[in-house]
Amino acid sequence: MGVIGQSVKRVEDQRFITGKGRYTDDIALPNSTFAAIVRSPHAHAAINNVDTTAAAAADGVVAIFTGADLEAAGVGGLPCGWQVDFKSGDTMKEPAHPVLAATKVRHVGDPVAIVLAESREQAADAAELVVVDYEVLDAVVSATQATAEGAPQLFDDAPNNTPFDWELGDQAATDAALASAAHVTTLEFDNQRLIPNAIEPRCAIGDYDGARDHYTLYTSSQNPHVIRLLMTAFVLGLPEHKVRVVSPDVGGGFGSKIFHYAEEVLVTWCSRQIGRPVKWTASRSEAFLTDAHGRDHHTKVDLGLDADGNFVGLRVKTVANLGAYLSTFAPCVPTYLYGTLLQGLYTTPAVHVDVTGVFTNTTPVDALRGAGRPEATYVLERTVEQAALETGRDPAQLRSQNFIPAFDGVEQEGYQTQVALQYDSGNYGAALEKALAAIGYDELRAEQAQARAAGNGRHIGIGFSTYIEACGIAPSAVVGALGARAGLFESAGVRVQPTGKVTVFTGSHSHGQGHETTFAQVVADGLGVGIEDVDIIHGDTESVPFGMGTYGSRSLAVGGTAIVKSMDKIKEKGAKIAAHLLEAAEEDLEFAEGSWTVKGTDQSIAFGEVALAAYVPHNFPEGLEPGLEFTSFYDPANFTFPFGAHIAVVEVDAETGVVAVRRYVAVDDVGNIVNPMIVEGQVHGGITHGIGQALFEEAVYDDSGQLISGSYMDYVLPRADDLPSFETDHTVTPCPHNPLGVKGAGETGTIGSPPAIVNAVLDALWPLGVRDLAMPLTPQKVWQAIQQAS
Amino acid sequence: MIPVAFDYHRPSSVDEAIELLSDDAKLLAGGHSLLPAMKLRLSSPGALIDIGRISELNYIRDDGGTIAIGATTTHHQIESSDLVSANASALAQAASVIGDPQVRNKGTIGGSLAHADPAADYPAAILALGAEIVVRGPDGGRSIPADEFFIDLFLTALAPDEIITEVRVPAADKSAYVKFPHPASRFAVVGCAVASTGGAVKVAFTGVANAAFRDSGVEEALSGGLSEESIAAAAAQAADGQEVLADHFAGEEYRRHLAKVFARKALAAIA
Repeated sequence: MGVIGQSVKRVEDQRFITGKGRYTDDIALPNSTFAAIVRSPHAHAAINNVDTTAAAAADGVVAIFTGADLEAAGVGGLPCGWQVDFKSGDTMKEPAHPVLAATKVRHVGDPVAIVLAESREQAADAAELVVVDYEVLDAVVSATQATAEGAPQLFDDAPNNTPFDWELGDQAATDAALASAAHVTTLEFDNQRLIPNAIEPRCAIGDYDGARDHYTLYTSSQNPHVIRLLMTAFVLGLPEHKVRVVSPDVGGGFGSKIFHYAEEVLVTWCSRQIGRPVKWTASRSEAFLTDAHGRDHHTKVDLGLDADGNFVGLRVKTVANLGAYLSTFAPCVPTYLYGTLLQGLYTTPAVHVDVTGVFTNTTPVDALRGAGRPEATYVLERTVEQAALETGRDPAQLRSQNFIPAFDGVEQEGYQTQVALQYDSGNYGAALEKALAAIGYDELRAEQAQARAAGNGRHIGIGFSTYIEACGIAPSAVVGALGARAGLFESAGVRVQPTGKVTVFTGSHSHGQGHETTFAQVVADGLGVGIEDVDIIHGDTESVPFGMGTYGSRSLAVGGTAIVKSMDKIKEKGAKIAAHLLEAAEEDLEFAEGSWTVKGTDQSIAFGEVALAAYVPHNFPEGLEPGLEFTSFYDPANFTFPFGAHIAVVEVDAETGVVAVRRYVAVDDVGNIVNPMIVEGQVHGGITHGIGQALFEEAVYDDSGQLISGSYMDYVLPRADDLPSFETDHTVTPCPHNPLGVKGAGETGTIGSPPAIVNAVLDALWPLGVRDLAMPLTPQKVWQAIQQAS
Repeated sequence: MIPVAFDYHRPSSVDEAIELLSDDAKLLAGGHSLLPAMKLRLSSPGALIDIGRISELNYIRDDGGTIAIGATTTHHQIESSDLVSANASALAQAASVIGDPQVRNKGTIGGSLAHADPAADYPAAILALGAEIVVRGPDGGRSIPADEFFIDLFLTALAPDEIITEVRVPAADKSAYVKFPHPASRFAVVGCAVASTGGAVKVAFTGVANAAFRDSGVEEALSGGLSEESIAAAAAQAADGQEVLADHFAGEEYRRHLAKVFARKALAAIA
């Protein structure tokens, strides 16, 4: 019984697959102007002068604004939403991030001026006529060079290009453990920079209504309330109640639409200046250059094992490339979303992580699907596999023997790691056992041995990744103490209409996850109404309560729980009304399948009848307010911790270096599952994204800071014909601290899969003498590694 | 991603199109190379002359042992032509691996040859098959042998006031095209076409250098015929002495290696 656990078809797909979705760019306001942004072609340059004379005279131009204009108007810089102070206690260096660069540009694509015209075409033509006199400066691109002596400095007020450094764990204990370890596996590698590539480019429309002195910003964002707060309070100094932010259908984000961008400020402010709407839609080239990028770590790791293969210590030292400015949540990604996950699934008694964040002349880096956890998982799982290969141990067995024993978080306490977090519940061995059975591990190893013995050029590899991640970042008080400048609760208003239909106002926001379906299932289950009787409203600050939006796989665990809390209040009040109408005691009633029944009798009243009574309160409990509607805010007690075991089987063509993924088994534990089809879709997309990182994707800058993988001619996204049919399964270990028992499923695939693929390729080539490979494993790199080894 | 404004003409005959040609005008056929360049403002012609609907340019016919292909014939028409498959399979195979189905339904052979992308698939097949490119200008027509057509990066023997009207492909006994596609663009990182007619073997590469080229070293090594040994020996010399392209995805050493591998694969297909 119940609609929870059913693969209900996504209600939003009807409009999406028939082309009737309504995205920001679909909004056409009367009398609109169109913006084109003049961007720096240089990675690092001083601006001597911006001459707009010719552009201002071009056809259709309405206005042009430069950085100097914004400075004169007192427009502030873009704020950073997380503060990570230095190990020494010094405050994080937070140089200004101007909305338009006035004196200096710091990455290719840095905005310098905005041109408003009657059409997009005229704006684009006029933007080419803006003449910027640049004095080109030396650029620094790579994380490791940013702190080198003599490196070009991006900011006067961030010496050594370093805004913060950070550490976590017991350094002395870790050093001691490694010093006495029987074997130490050491690796040094990059986790390469990725470009998010949402299918819908960013878009923003500013609409100032002079009659009401009121602003509306339509923006393709994952969290409209956060954008409103940041923009009004920190950049434009506007009264928040005079600003409405709407994010209609959003075509993907992968994190890149969390952040507050310059263009949102520009269209809003410019609309006020010219008294007309201003619309800006990113071109795909602009998306490559200006959507916040992801990852870009350089890491050195040491893992110590005792003579029996037990992990005794893990030391990690990372330099995180943050790009040219601190994007909204940039400081928290390589610290609290990374270092805290380095315990992994293992009982390693000593862990220490040291991180330095650095500025470079590249696009800012921030959260990208997984955000910190893929980096942590790669460090751990790549290193564990290397340790197995180096010591001749079976990689599954090595993991297994180091696993934290099963705990449910109820009978057994949560697991306290060496790096701050307390895991909620887990049964890691069960997931690995299931994955081994699914893939037929023993047969595969036999096939591999046979191929090796035959020497027939078939290089088969089997790679593992047993990961844990953290979703639903919380609670607010704790993250606040760690530097967050925002709360991390979620809101939900549940309005029961007089006829018993239900409208939900959620502060989380779908950019493809299918909330309109999953949340409707939660409500249908909770109130006993049909899914078709539930409507989910999101994305408009004027209709939904203040909410934090969607990222970090939080929507169901946090936003869904807020819905449950509001439903609890509805059921509590509904019971009072039902008791009155049934002339029974409230405690004698039970609620099931959409009716209140007097226990042990056939006397009952339907949910719809109670709803009607609430709005037509002719016969109503004395002293009870009419209406049936509640809003709740839920601040979780802890993160949730999904985990899983992934196994990849690859075959490498040694002659060309091409890697073919033959099989991919993923056993994920995301707690309870509301809609298996949607979860499977998320897992498939996530694995694809992770295989993309392992084999294909890479943002490449040349030494002068030009992005040379800035289009789909060069930036390789994975395609269907690059992938096998995924074999997915689940174990279910409910989250003990939310009523749905859910953990989050949006990022598991992206987090778990890169090391599984790389480990598999390494396993295939180990007998040839290949000992290391750097992502992405392009054919050339694999071929070169084979050449160098043999 | 917005092109500079341009005039648009849609002539109904080749003669009319030639009259419209000027230094500031570009011919538009399938548009799959030109329009992206215009959207990025890498190309901003003052006028486009859309020859896509000139029906006299769209055909594949048997012209007495030679296949005559009209300039606006699409890649899809070529890959699905029995006549081409039976007599010039390298060309059909090249057409079948260009881009994706949308590209193959719009892109044309004349457009691709005129554009002369160094990584385009057709040029290798055209060279190996010894085709001729028939062009027409204000002063009449001429026929350019494939060996003289491809000059450099995006540069051909076509004069600015000439239009490609036809590609004439002599039937080969056997021919084949194999490629290593770039995983993003699906252009050829290395493409190798081979054709044998009456015992003589021609071998041509695309993607390897600034322009597609015949590899005389490989061809000479095959003068004694195609055998496992001769193929191995010939393929091992692929691109020797040739200046080779290098980029982030494939540096010179790797690209040279791929040329050898794909020469062997192509030759094995016709042995």
